[in-house]
Amino acid sequence: MSYLLKPKVAHPSLPRNELGLTRRDYEGAMSTLCAGCGHDSITAAITEACWGLSLEPQNIVKLSGIGCSSKTTAYFVSGGHGFNSVHGRMPSIATGAYAANRELHYIGVSGDGDTLSIGLGQFCHAIRRNIKLLYIIENNGVYGLTKGQFSASADVGSKAKKGEANTQQPIDPVLTALSLGATFVARSFSGDKEQLVPLIQAGFNHKGFALIDVLSPCVTFNDHEGSTKSYVFTREHYHEAVHTDFVAPMKEITAQYPEGEVLPVTMHDGAQIRLRKIDRNYNPVDRPAAYEYIQRKMAEKEFLTGLLYVEPSQTDFHDLNDTPAGPLNQVPYEKLTPGSKGLQKILSRYR
Amino acid sequence: MKDKVKERERDNDFVVKIATVNGTGSASANALLMKSIFRMGVPVMGKNYFPSNIQGLPTWYEIRVTKDGYVARSGRLDIMVAMNAETYARDLKEVSTGGYLIYDSTWPRSSLLSRDDITIIGVPLAKLCNENFEGVRSRILMKNISYVGVLAALLDIDLEKLKELLNETYASKASLLAANLKAIELGFRYAQENFACPLAFKVRPMDKTKGNIMIDGNTAAALGCVYAGATVGAWYPITPSTSLMDGFKSFCQKLRVDPETGKKNFMIIQAEDELAAIGIVLGASWNGARAFTPTSGPGISLMNEFLGLAYYAEVPAVIFNVQRVGPSTGMPTRTQQADIMLCAYASHGDTRHVLLFPANPEECFYQAVMAFDLAERLQTPVFVMSDLDIGMNDWMCPDLKWDDGYRPDRGKMLSLEEVLKLDKFFRFVDRDEDGITYRTLPGMHPKAAYFTRGSGHTQYGGYTEDPIEYKMVLDRLKRKFATAARMMPKAIFEQRGQFDVGIVAVGSSDGAVREALDILQARGVGVNYMRIRAFPFGKEVEDFLDEHEIIFVVEQNRDAQLRSLLTLETPVEKSKLRSILHYSGLSISSECIVNGVMAEVGEGRGRAIGAVS
Repeated sequence: MSYLLKPKVAHPSLPRNELGLTRRDYEGAMSTLCAGCGHDSITAAITEACWGLSLEPQNIVKLSGIGCSSKTTAYFVSGGHGFNSVHGRMPSIATGAYAANRELHYIGVSGDGDTLSIGLGQFCHAIRRNIKLLYIIENNGVYGLTKGQFSASADVGSKAKKGEANTQQPIDPVLTALSLGATFVARSFSGDKEQLVPLIQAGFNHKGFALIDVLSPCVTFNDHEGSTKSYVFTREHYHEAVHTDFVAPMKEITAQYPEGEVLPVTMHDGAQIRLRKIDRNYNPVDRPAAYEYIQRKMAEKEFLTGLLYVEPSQTDFHDLNDTPAGPLNQVPYEKLTPGSKGLQKILSRYR
Repeated sequence: MKDKVKERERDNDFVVKIATVNGTGSASANALLMKSIFRMGVPVMGKNYFPSNIQGLPTWYEIRVTKDGYVARSGRLDIMVAMNAETYARDLKEVSTGGYLIYDSTWPRSSLLSRDDITIIGVPLAKLCNENFEGVRSRILMKNISYVGVLAALLDIDLEKLKELLNETYASKASLLAANLKAIELGFRYAQENFACPLAFKVRPMDKTKGNIMIDGNTAAALGCVYAGATVGAWYPITPSTSLMDGFKSFCQKLRVDPETGKKNFMIIQAEDELAAIGIVLGASWNGARAFTPTSGPGISLMNEFLGLAYYAEVPAVIFNVQRVGPSTGMPTRTQQADIMLCAYASHGDTRHVLLFPANPEECFYQAVMAFDLAERLQTPVFVMSDLDIGMNDWMCPDLKWDDGYRPDRGKMLSLEEVLKLDKFFRFVDRDEDGITYRTLPGMHPKAAYFTRGSGHTQYGGYTEDPIEYKMVLDRLKRKFATAARMMPKAIFEQRGQFDVGIVAVGSSDGAVREALDILQARGVGVNYMRIRAFPFGKEVEDFLDEHEIIFVVEQNRDAQLRSLLTLETPVEKSKLRSILHYSGLSISSECIVNGVMAEVGEGRGRAIGAVS
């Protein structure tokens, strides 16, 4: 099998966004994942979110490492460049790409093995650098392409397809990101598109590193009884702590919210996210409180979702490095060297 | 009379070595000494043998005063300044017959540790400094400056040049300037009052350093990155490459800050490891910035997986490998050329990479610029194979020149207009049949978009496991490497006559080989020389190998890596290639090469060599 292209036929009745593009314009190649794979739902949510934001397809840069999740960058927005790199190293590619051009929208898609095992170091350092990157983990607790080994996100006691129980403590990406100072930390479920789409949109607009850990069941290797990352288990333990509505800049806020339950957060570009607190006492802008609450709910075996922590970051990687407002890769060559005259001056120090 | 003539012969032709303790300020003292000789118009070579340590371990600095402008170690040692009690015994042994040893006579020296074939000079440096300076630290530092004064008297170094240099260095630190000047005077006066100055070895003013600079290869390479228009540098600190990024940073802070906005037209990223450093370089290059990473052997080992991706996915990258001694951690502060095979074939699968071999700091500058052009033209990683000797020692070399007409060669990079004219854009279709395909940058247009992957792909960029489609791309990459061979800087030849013996070398061995050629010629052994400057090898390399019957491959590693590469990548008959290997961690000396050649083809060793023409 080689390269599958979906036929690009747009029915005239398809809705168009501000750029006059339909959802089909944000699709990619045909998925080669298993039927029912959670990852395909996430791909659909990304497509929907990009269309809804009216992003120019060519301004979307798709980055990934290796694994089932990492293949998905080929399955959305074929009008944007994609870079499927090596296992666990997408964050460094993203760092370099973002350094070269700060004006594009960077989305990285990774898996639990790619992020929490082989790529844990790069994941942590991308957070530390606060690069403007929407980082989605398609988390299923299992290695799919190598046929069913536990990953570092597998819960203690969760059972593999052949019955073996995991005994090692999981690494939780949300708690890890919170402890590292990430400024946008969310958790979601591939089966909840209504929650996921606005989260992705908010993530794209966050000025800094935005993490969405999405539970995405592996229908082939981790969707059986005894697994804590199956569709059934997830639905049974699903708990939305806070719901996010995304309002693009310049858009009128029309939805009605009951007083006291909504926390509006304004993003760097004027967009607004409105956090509907379903757990009344939850405070998604208080890092220590959020950390404590998430940990408690984890102990209670609840699968807590939503934008769990947010802090509209005003100083991302480029600000910290004091680089120009425009793309570094477009600074004219004349501005980069002092020429032969300058060289003479430099050499005088070496005589 | 005869002695006098002999003495004269050693004017501006001798070697001084200074043994000190690391972290005691001796580096600035030694630099001062070398620069003062350079300013007297006399060619000079300096080598720093320092430990992987911050303070306390022994360190040496070797200065060769060389009227003929030889840039390598000679293998001789005429004057030893033995400031380190711990290494005194071996320092004493090292002095060549007829030489001198200068030591700090503040404390008694065991009479056993002496030699009668050299002259021993005691100067109570610690005592002098203790009487004249306050504070422990200051006394230690000034003791090291004071031996510069002693040497100035003994070797007839112009005191004014020393003062001039100190004035420049400490222009804004008046108290330090005064202290340094005083320390120099102390040493100078003591030597003049107590010994017959100057010695048989003297520095006499010449006019042979005009139009030259003293610069180290890392600084020159960093300057090359600035002039090539590199904007993104990513790295993980590792000896001996660190000073390259330090240099880039310092140049950029002076030259790359926009005078109007105050914004920085560069980005330096200290990565978490070398894996990330090369990843950052690939991300930035893929996205249209000129990006580089300086590293050394252990860093290259870590970068292997990404280097394979860059080769297969055709992403430009510039890697400075400032080679140090391996294997493993090896000796981080010593020099070798032992990463040739590692870099030529880095990563799993069928990969081959472009290597440039600078021989000195001057070439580090030009080859740095060239590396960026080649990386973009060929869309592949390019290694600049420097080493610690070039990278961290100050070398005398001709002034660097710059052509203001230079513009970066971005290679086959399509503009928006060009993309729009196309019916469809395919990333890996070989339109020009030279193996090099066209690329686009993110953000251009949906039509320009393509998918970069390290997995099997077709010429259209799609995923494939199809045998024919896979092979089509892999075979084209081979064609691209053949194209690369025609673009590389040509080898440099020294054809001394119609000889059937040749020497082949790369990089920092050059100076030692050139001196060896002169010595061999003086002994009636005629040898031609080819210095290879790049891999893949050009036709001229094959021709030279073909034209000579015995070819000595001179290199600084144990396993004859350059020789291996030549046998793998050219049709040369393996038995023609003889190795001269040096891998102690010190840079190769001319003596080593002369001995290697003489052992095989010298007088009475079987093979007579044609007379020198």
